[in-house]
Amino acid sequence: MKYVLMFVETEEFAERFRTMSPAERGQAFARVDRWLAEYADKIGNGAKLASPETATTVRLDGAEPIITDGPFVEGKEIVSGFLEIEVADLDEALRMVRDWPGCPIVEIRPPEAMER
Amino acid sequence: MSGVPQAELARVLREHAGQLAASLVPLIGDFGTAEDLVQDAVVAALERWPLDGIPERPDAWLFTVARRRGLDVLRREGNYRRKLAQLQWPVPAEPDHRLQLVFTCCHPALSRPAQVALTLRIVCGLTTAQIARAFLVPETTIAQRITRAKRKIAAAGIPYRVPADDELAPRLAEVLTVIYLVFNEGYLSTADQAHSKDLSDDAEWLASLLHTLMPAEPEVGGLLALIRLHRARAAARFDSDGGLVPLEAQDRSLWDQDAVDAAIHILTRAARHHRPGPYQLQAAIVACHAEARRWEDTDWPQIRVLYDLLLLLSPSPVIRLNRAIATRYTSGPQAALAELDELAGSLEAYPIFHATKAELLRDLGRTGEAATADQRALSLTQNPAQQALLGQRLDLFT
Repeated sequence: MKYVLMFVETEEFAERFRTMSPAERGQAFARVDRWLAEYADKIGNGAKLASPETATTVRLDGAEPIITDGPFVEGKEIVSGFLEIEVADLDEALRMVRDWPGCPIVEIRPPEAMER
Repeated sequence: MSGVPQAELARVLREHAGQLAASLVPLIGDFGTAEDLVQDAVVAALERWPLDGIPERPDAWLFTVARRRGLDVLRREGNYRRKLAQLQWPVPAEPDHRLQLVFTCCHPALSRPAQVALTLRIVCGLTTAQIARAFLVPETTIAQRITRAKRKIAAAGIPYRVPADDELAPRLAEVLTVIYLVFNEGYLSTADQAHSKDLSDDAEWLASLLHTLMPAEPEVGGLLALIRLHRARAAARFDSDGGLVPLEAQDRSLWDQDAVDAAIHILTRAARHHRPGPYQLQAAIVACHAEARRWEDTDWPQIRVLYDLLLLLSPSPVIRLNRAIATRYTSGPQAALAELDELAGSLEAYPIFHATKAELLRDLGRTGEAATADQRALSLTQNPAQQALLGQRLDLFT
C-alpha cells in the first residue's frame, strides 16, 4: 500500500538546526541518510522542500486569484518535505516513521487513487 | 413481551455477534462490509428474539441472517460473490479472530471515541442506538463516528492483526484503556440505568474475553480483577433513594464475597508473572478495601505502599491525591495535608482536591478554612449529577 509521508518542521527544530555546529549538522544529515538507506527499497519519489520564504501561495476561492508571499498557513509548523513509500500497511508505515531521525512531526496519508 | 431476560439476550448477542464479525473479516476481506452484515443480523435478532425466544443455535441464526444480507450486497457488488460462496458457519478449526478484531478497533490511528464506539459495536455487538444512549449522545453522532472509523481503517490501511511482540505492549495498553473507559462510563454513569445498557457489563465481558485469549498478560488479568472487584461491591453503593453511599458507610454484608475472592484469585495469578502494572496495582488497592470486613479493618499502610508503587509506574497528581487520603489514615491529617498542599498548583480546578482538603482541615479543627475549601469544591461542581459522579470517583480511587 502506498503512503505519502509529509514532514513537518517546528520553529524549535529549525532554530536548533540553525545553531548546530557544522559537525553536528553533518551528523544529523548522516542519520537521515542512514534512514533513507535502510528503507531504500520502500521509498519512492519525494523531495526536501526549500525554506518557507521561497513559497508562493495562490488563493482561488475569491473572485480573483490572490497571490501571496509565503506558505499557505502562517504558522509555527511548516511542511518541509514529502516522500512516497510503499509498505504492507499502516503499521509498517508507523514502524518506519517511528525511527525517522529528522524533523519532529510526520503525517502519514495514503494517496486517494490506491489499489483496492 | 417475551420471557427472554435482556441480560441473557445481550450476552448471547455479544458472544456470537463479535465472533461472527471476527471470522467474517478475513473471508470478506473488508472490515466495513463484514461488520455491516453482522450488524444487520444483530438488529434483526434484537427485534425477533424477544418475540420468538432465543434460537437454539444463536450463532447459526445470526450467520444465516448475515449471509442473507450478504447476498443482497452481492447483487449490487459482484465481487463479493466468490467470497460469500466460501462462507461456512461454524468456521472449522479457525483460531479465534476476535483478538485481531479488538486490536483493529483499538488501533492508535483511530481517535479514542472512535475506538470505544467501534469496539462496542463490532466486538460487543451493541447497536448504535444502545451506544448512543449509554454515552448520552445523539445516535447520528455515534453512527458517523463508526462510519468514519471504518472508512479510515479501509482507506488508511489499518491492518487486521495482533501486533508483533515488539509493538504489543503499547498496543495492549491502548486496548486496556478503551475497556477501562467503557467500564468507568458504565460504573460512574448517572444516566438513567433502567433505560440504558449497563456498559460495565460489556467492559467486564471484554476484559474476560481478552483474559481468555491472552492468559499470559498480567495486566489483562489485573484489569479483569479490578472490574470484578468493583462490581462485586456494587449492591452497596446506592441507598434506597438512589443516593451514593460512601465507602465507609457501606453495608459490607451486601458485598458479594465469593465474587471478591474469585477476583482476588485472578489478581494473584496475574501477580505471579512478576510484571506489575497500573491495573494490577489498582486492583490490589481495591482488593485491600474489599477484604476488610469493617471500615476500621482497612489495611491503610498496605494501600499507601501500593499507591507508592503506582506512582512509580504512572506518576499523576490524582494518584498522589489518593495517596494523601491513605496517608490520612496511616499518619494523620497533618501529614496528609502536607502532601496535599504540594498538589495545590496542579489540582486547583479539581473539586475532589478541595473536598479532601476540607475534610483534613476539619479533622484538625480548622473549621473556617474547611468551609472555604468546601465552598471551592462546590463551586467547581454545580450540577448534582456531577457531584454524584465525583463522589463515586472518590470512592473508586480511595
